[in-house]
Amino acid sequence: MLLLQTDWILIAEKLGLITLILLVSLGVAAYATWGERKVAAVMQDRRGPNRAGPLGLLQPLADGLKLFFKEEIIPSHSAKVLFVLGPAMFMVTALMTSAIIPWGPSFEIAGRTISLQVADINIGVLYIFGVVSVGVYGIMLGGWASNNKYSLLSSIRAASQSISYELALGISLIALLMVTGSLRLSEIVEQQHGFWDNGYFTWNFFKQPLGFFIFLVCSFAELNRAPFDLPEAESELNMGYHLEYSSMKLGLYLFAEYINMFITSAVLATLFFGGYNFPGMDWVAAQVPSGVFSLICASVFMLKIIGFILFFMFIRWTLPRFRYDQLMNLGWRTLIPLALFNMILTGAAMLTIFK
Amino acid sequence: MQPLTNRAVPVNRDPMSFGERIYVPAILKGLRITLGHIFRKKATYSYPEETRPFSPVFRGLHVLNRDEEGRERCTACGLCALACPAEAITMEAAERKPGEEHLYREEKYAAKYEINMLRCIFCGFCEEACPKDAVYLSETVMPANYTRRSFIYKKEDLLIAHPKQQQN
Repeated sequence: MLLLQTDWILIAEKLGLITLILLVSLGVAAYATWGERKVAAVMQDRRGPNRAGPLGLLQPLADGLKLFFKEEIIPSHSAKVLFVLGPAMFMVTALMTSAIIPWGPSFEIAGRTISLQVADINIGVLYIFGVVSVGVYGIMLGGWASNNKYSLLSSIRAASQSISYELALGISLIALLMVTGSLRLSEIVEQQHGFWDNGYFTWNFFKQPLGFFIFLVCSFAELNRAPFDLPEAESELNMGYHLEYSSMKLGLYLFAEYINMFITSAVLATLFFGGYNFPGMDWVAAQVPSGVFSLICASVFMLKIIGFILFFMFIRWTLPRFRYDQLMNLGWRTLIPLALFNMILTGAAMLTIFK
Repeated sequence: MQPLTNRAVPVNRDPMSFGERIYVPAILKGLRITLGHIFRKKATYSYPEETRPFSPVFRGLHVLNRDEEGRERCTACGLCALACPAEAITMEAAERKPGEEHLYREEKYAAKYEINMLRCIFCGFCEEACPKDAVYLSETVMPANYTRRSFIYKKEDLLIAHPKQQQN
């Protein structure tokens, strides 16, 4: 009876959605590596990879194959279990956040409502925050298990950078929470329906510009991405925490970084830029069936994500790296007071101006 | 002390203004510069479809010259090997037999002439030292290869084609 009682179609639907999201994440991350090289090239007056396939589109395949064919080295004096666990944890935490992001509105097929969000938990924002914090473990394990002074130093720097910027991230999220009143991501996206409503923009970016700015800077720091890429400073600490890694473990680290970037862009778009909403969506919803509308909304969401990814790359190839003390100063002595100020300002505004 | 020129500019040690301290205007300026670079003409040459222009004195791969009748100029005097700072050239001389006047100019010729391209620094001293105008550095860029042995170019690789036989 238990077999008949369980809702097999729901399980199949969720599994299908999970598979689809995983494939999309991996695909976007793979082509983000291609995009990174192309964007870097056009900003530096050169062309990017254009030999592997038309426009260099098979370059990620070439890179992946190259990493597969390399020799898999585990240093003899390393902590073997932790050595293998480090990149695995990094990859897992990178992919885990994609479970709660609403990729589009739910649609109807054959009487069933299929939602495009794998898990609609009611502590969505807190879950993101928690997973991002656990992601630090991947880097720390990698540096420690390598049994190498430089990797250890770099992973210590990475860990301290991550935890410093998590605080400002959290406080800016508190201010956002005051505005939205809910931690559930689907509700946050619902509140940003359309573009213009009741005389003001609906997207949270216009309600919390300072909060968005702080969140953006902190997400750069969480992603270990320039200008905060001291952990992987190629010129200073050799390769940083992934010095001793080769072949697919290195591939996992590098890939997980791009997946992190993809997921962080998705979170940024969801929290501040309206997720899958776009101006004029009600008109479009009336014209097309709900399945097609979901697809259109998901495509708009992907466009926003790609826009953020391009912005991340743009900043990376423009700004020089922060020195370690400048980084710490920025995190503790500038961003936390700014985030607190933002929170107080939001609270005061909500109590007085926006009843 | 009197300054030597009047171009010295005193260092600006004012404390940073608010706009400078928050870095955001500077970041935006930087972003605008990078954005401008996206729309500029690229400086890449699509080798091998296009090659970059070389100057007339470009020092590329060596060639061993022949004269107008097709005879080899090199007499294995060894001045190029002496001049080479990287000791890349080696040769073995041989005597011209009576029936080979159309092959070699003088009585002594190089039976073996090898240049180790991995040692060569393409300085052109061998070209300057040669008294017979035999060694020249052409405009060819050295191609890549897989083994060290294949970089030791023998006389056959270095000699240019016979002018009369080429016309046929």
